[in-house]
Amino acid sequence: MRKESAGKLFKDVVRDKWLYIMLLPGVLYFLIFKYVPMYGLVMAFQDFRPGLGFTNSPWVGLKHFERLFGEPQFWRLFRNTLLLAIYNLVFFFPAPILLALMLNEVRREKFKRFVQTLVYIPHFVSWVVVVGICYILFTTENGVVNELLYRLTGEKIPFLLSPEWFRTVIVSQQIWKEVGWGTIIFLAALTGVDMQLYEAARIDGASRLRQIWHVTLPAIRSTIVILLILRLGNFLDTGFEQIFLMLTATNREVGEVFDTFVYTKGLTQGQYSYSAAVGMFKSVVALALVLGANWTAKKFGQEGVY
Amino acid sequence: MRDRTPGGRLFDAVNYAILSAVACVCILPFIYVLAVSFTSPEEVARGGLILFPREWSLAAYEYIFSTGTLTNSLLITVYVTVVGTLINLIFTTTMAYPLSRTRLRGRQGVLLGVLITMLFSGGMIPTYFVVSGLGLTNTLWSLMIPSAISAFNLIVLKNFFQQIPSEVEDSAKIDGCNDVEVFFRIALPLSGPAIATFALFYSVDHWNTFFNAVLYLNDSSKWTIQVYLREIVILAQSNIGDSSRLEEMNIQPLTIRMAVVVFATLPIMLVYPFLQKHFVKGVMLGSVKG
Repeated sequence: MRKESAGKLFKDVVRDKWLYIMLLPGVLYFLIFKYVPMYGLVMAFQDFRPGLGFTNSPWVGLKHFERLFGEPQFWRLFRNTLLLAIYNLVFFFPAPILLALMLNEVRREKFKRFVQTLVYIPHFVSWVVVVGICYILFTTENGVVNELLYRLTGEKIPFLLSPEWFRTVIVSQQIWKEVGWGTIIFLAALTGVDMQLYEAARIDGASRLRQIWHVTLPAIRSTIVILLILRLGNFLDTGFEQIFLMLTATNREVGEVFDTFVYTKGLTQGQYSYSAAVGMFKSVVALALVLGANWTAKKFGQEGVY
Repeated sequence: MRDRTPGGRLFDAVNYAILSAVACVCILPFIYVLAVSFTSPEEVARGGLILFPREWSLAAYEYIFSTGTLTNSLLITVYVTVVGTLINLIFTTTMAYPLSRTRLRGRQGVLLGVLITMLFSGGMIPTYFVVSGLGLTNTLWSLMIPSAISAFNLIVLKNFFQQIPSEVEDSAKIDGCNDVEVFFRIALPLSGPAIATFALFYSVDHWNTFFNAVLYLNDSSKWTIQVYLREIVILAQSNIGDSSRLEEMNIQPLTIRMAVVVFATLPIMLVYPFLQKHFVKGVMLGSVKG
C-alpha cells in the first residue's frame, strides 16, 4: 500500500518535472530573501558580528530583550508607535468608507468618474514626492499655505517643525495619499447591492441618510471587517518611509517609532543585534494582533481572512 | 430614480460640493508645483498662489539639466524600472503558473510557505545582512533582486491562471506540448491584461523606490531620482549647486525644487491614463479571495 503511493508520487513528480523546474526560481527567492532573514532573527539572541554570520556569532540569550524592556527609550517608542497607529485607525481607516459612500450617491456617471480619476492620483506618487510637496507648501519660509495664513490671520504655523503638529500632519498626508485608492474595494462591494432594497426603503419613507445607514452600510459590512483585520495585521507599521522622511531633530521626541529606531540604531550606529531584537518584538506583536483579530471576527460570526 | 424631495436636493448639493472639494485638494498641489516650476523668478519672488504662470520661464529646467546629476539619476531610475519590472514578471509568472496546477504535488505546502511570509518577516536588519552577504549592496541589483516577487501579486496571478480551463491545457498536451510550452503558448497569451496590470504596478513601485536605495546604495552616483529628490527638497542640500551661480543665473531655488518634483512624478502622470483602465480591474482581481 505504502510502496504503491510512493511509486505514484514518484511518477507524478516525473510527469510534472517541467512545472517543478519552473517553480524552482520562485521557491529559491522565498527561501533566500524571506526565510533566511527569518532564521537570521537568531541574531537577536547573539552578539552578532557581520564577519562571523548568523551561525558563528556568540550566543547571549535574552540580553538584548532585557535591555529593551529596561530602557525608558523603549516605552517612548512604544507610545509613539501606538499613538500613531491609533490615530491611523480612528481617522484614516473610516475615510475611504465615507468617500465611497459619497461617491456611491452620485447619479451622474461622468462627474463620478471625474472625481474618481483625480482622487486616485496621489496613490501613485512616492512618499518622497508627497513629503516633498508638503514641505514646499507648508514651510514657514514662503510656503504658500503659510503665506495665505499670514495674510488672513497675521500668524504662521510651523506645521513641519513643531512636535504638536507631527501626528496631525502624518495622518493628513496618509489620508491625502490613500483615501481615493481605498474607495475602490468598497465601491466594488457596493456594485452588488440590490436596487430593490432602496426602492423598498424609499416607500417606507427613508431619507437618503437613512437609506445609507440601513441599506448601503450593511451591504459593505463584511468588506469593512476583512479590511479591519488586515489593517490590524499592519497596525504597528506606521508608514516607515513617510516617518523616516518627516523626522527632524525637533520632532524626534514624538516621531521616532520602532521602524525608524531599528534603522538608526542598527544600520547607522551598528548595534545590529539590539535593533534586530526591537524588530523581532514588533513582528511578533503584529502577528499576535492579526491572529487575534481574525479569531475575534470568527467568534462574532463574521467570515475571517484565514 | 432621481431624488426630487427638498431633503434629497440638499443632500445632493452638499455631496457634490464636498466631492468637488476633495477632488481639488487631490490635484491642486500637483498643478501648483508644475506651474511654479515654469514661472519666472520675478513672479515667484512676489509670492502668492500661482496656478498659471503669467511670465513663463524654462530656467529651472535648463539649470538642473546643466548639472548632470539629475540626468544621471533619471537614467539609473529608468534602467532599474525596466529591468526590475522584467525580473518581477519572469519570477512571478513562472512561479504562479505551476502553483495554479491543482494536480501538482506539494503545491499546498509551497502556498503555505508564501502565505507565512505575508504574516511574519525577519525584518530590516537580518534582511540587510542577507543582501550584503550575497554581495548585492552598492549594486543596482539590490533594488531589483530582493523585491523580485510580491507575495500578494503572486497569489492573485495564481488565481488568474487557475481560471484557465484545463481542457485548453489538455488539448495542447495532446498536440505534444510540454508544460513549459503550454505556459508560453497558452497561459501567458491568455493572461495579457492581468500581466499588463502587474507590469504597471511593479514599474510604479520601481520608479518610486526610495528606501531600498537609501539602505543598500552608498555611492551617490547610483542614486535614484527619489533619493535625489529627498536631498534637494527635504534636506534642502545644496547639490543644486552653489548659490552664487544660482544668483548669477537669476534662478529661485524654489523653482528648481519644483522642477525636480515634476521629474520624480512625470512618468507616473504620463502612464496614468493608460494605467487607470487597468488598475481598478487589478484591485478587483486582488479582492477575490483565493
